[in-house]
Amino acid sequence: MPELEISLLLEAVYQKYGYDFRQYSEAHIKRRIMNSKAMSGLENISQMQSKVLNDEAFASKLLQDLSITVTEMFRDPGFYKSLRENVIPVLKTYPFIKIWHAGCSTGEEAYSMAIIMQEEGLYDRTTIYATDFNQQALSQAKEGIFSNSMMKEYTTNYQLSGGKESFSGYYTSNYDNVIMNQSLKKNIVWANHNLVTDSVFAEVHLILCRNVLIYFDRNLQNKVQRLFYDSLVNGGILCLGSKESLRFTDLNEEYTELDKKQRIFKKDY
Amino acid sequence: MKIMFSLLPENFSTPIIIVQHISAHSDNQWIKLLNDKSNLPIKETDEKEKIERGNVYIAPPNYHLLIEKDKTFSLTIDERVNYARPSIDVMFESAAEAYKNKLIGVILTGSNNDGTKGMKRIQECGGLTIVQDPATAESSYMPASVIAAMQVDYVLPLNGIIALLIKITQLQFHK
Repeated sequence: MPELEISLLLEAVYQKYGYDFRQYSEAHIKRRIMNSKAMSGLENISQMQSKVLNDEAFASKLLQDLSITVTEMFRDPGFYKSLRENVIPVLKTYPFIKIWHAGCSTGEEAYSMAIIMQEEGLYDRTTIYATDFNQQALSQAKEGIFSNSMMKEYTTNYQLSGGKESFSGYYTSNYDNVIMNQSLKKNIVWANHNLVTDSVFAEVHLILCRNVLIYFDRNLQNKVQRLFYDSLVNGGILCLGSKESLRFTDLNEEYTELDKKQRIFKKDY
Repeated sequence: MKIMFSLLPENFSTPIIIVQHISAHSDNQWIKLLNDKSNLPIKETDEKEKIERGNVYIAPPNYHLLIEKDKTFSLTIDERVNYARPSIDVMFESAAEAYKNKLIGVILTGSNNDGTKGMKRIQECGGLTIVQDPATAESSYMPASVIAAMQVDYVLPLNGIIALLIKITQLQFHK
């Protein structure tokens, strides 16, 4: 019975390594585990459980499989357009700006944020905390090296979001890869933080957590939204992914919609 | 699809879930247009939304659509499957496991083989499989691919599919 085996596997991962996938969306986790199983050549999930407990390399690979998130620069250009129009004016009123990018994965959206802040002349008084629980993704993000083949798509996204500069000015090319400018990396603090298990680490003016909560079940989403609420200043702004909402959480009444379509919310005073 | 929704009656209560290959940047104007011609309410799925009778749900662009055992929707942004996101295979596979033999899988016109694996899974889990007759489809590749890979329960032109769906749901209703 795969559901029971999955439950036991996740319990093993949690108890041994402290990574908690037990309240993730079941259909999503099942799919990831079955793919992992197929790649591993193991016969059943109980075998995976046994290997996870005894083989650290295997466990590490499984953790990667369960946590890789696909991301893009300026993903959902409409969102970034709205950010420029509706959120930047609010941020301009603060002497120092703190932004928390929760679940930053390999960093594409954090760099996008840095670009916008630089273009708005706000970057020097901004700190972006970019966090994720996936150490490998975080290390990659810190390096700021991306594949050259993606840049065309990212340039389109950037332009659709209202960007007027030459996008290639933000990185240097090196054969198959590009490396983001040091001036963009300067005020980004990369840190390991697990939304499921860790607590408030700073009070910030803006939180972006886009397309991370979709992987969590309702209870866990509620818990994380509470964490975000506790991490935001009064009047601070929360940005979710284009199909995410506060609707099924306890925090729904605590925010006003700044942009309903783009899922930008302002914390009530 | 416009034809399909103008022909399905208002009282068609079985929920319909659709995955269509659309551009990641598409807005949902086309859904508004579809709604104008339709007797059933059509909307893009919301995350964690519960599947209700009488509704038609469409997967949003650039996400994969999954169905949970508790009959709610989940979205993911995994890698494209069969170059598609949303992928038909991904949705069909999770629907097959959530609904088992209470599921009808329908494949219409399409230009790649996304959906073939999904239809197989639906059949494995006891569901019913219906494919649009490739001869009547605008693009025959997708339906033909399913027919080549398995023993489909019904191969019909669009009108036939609609008539069959109405018949099946009416039978259910009278039970």
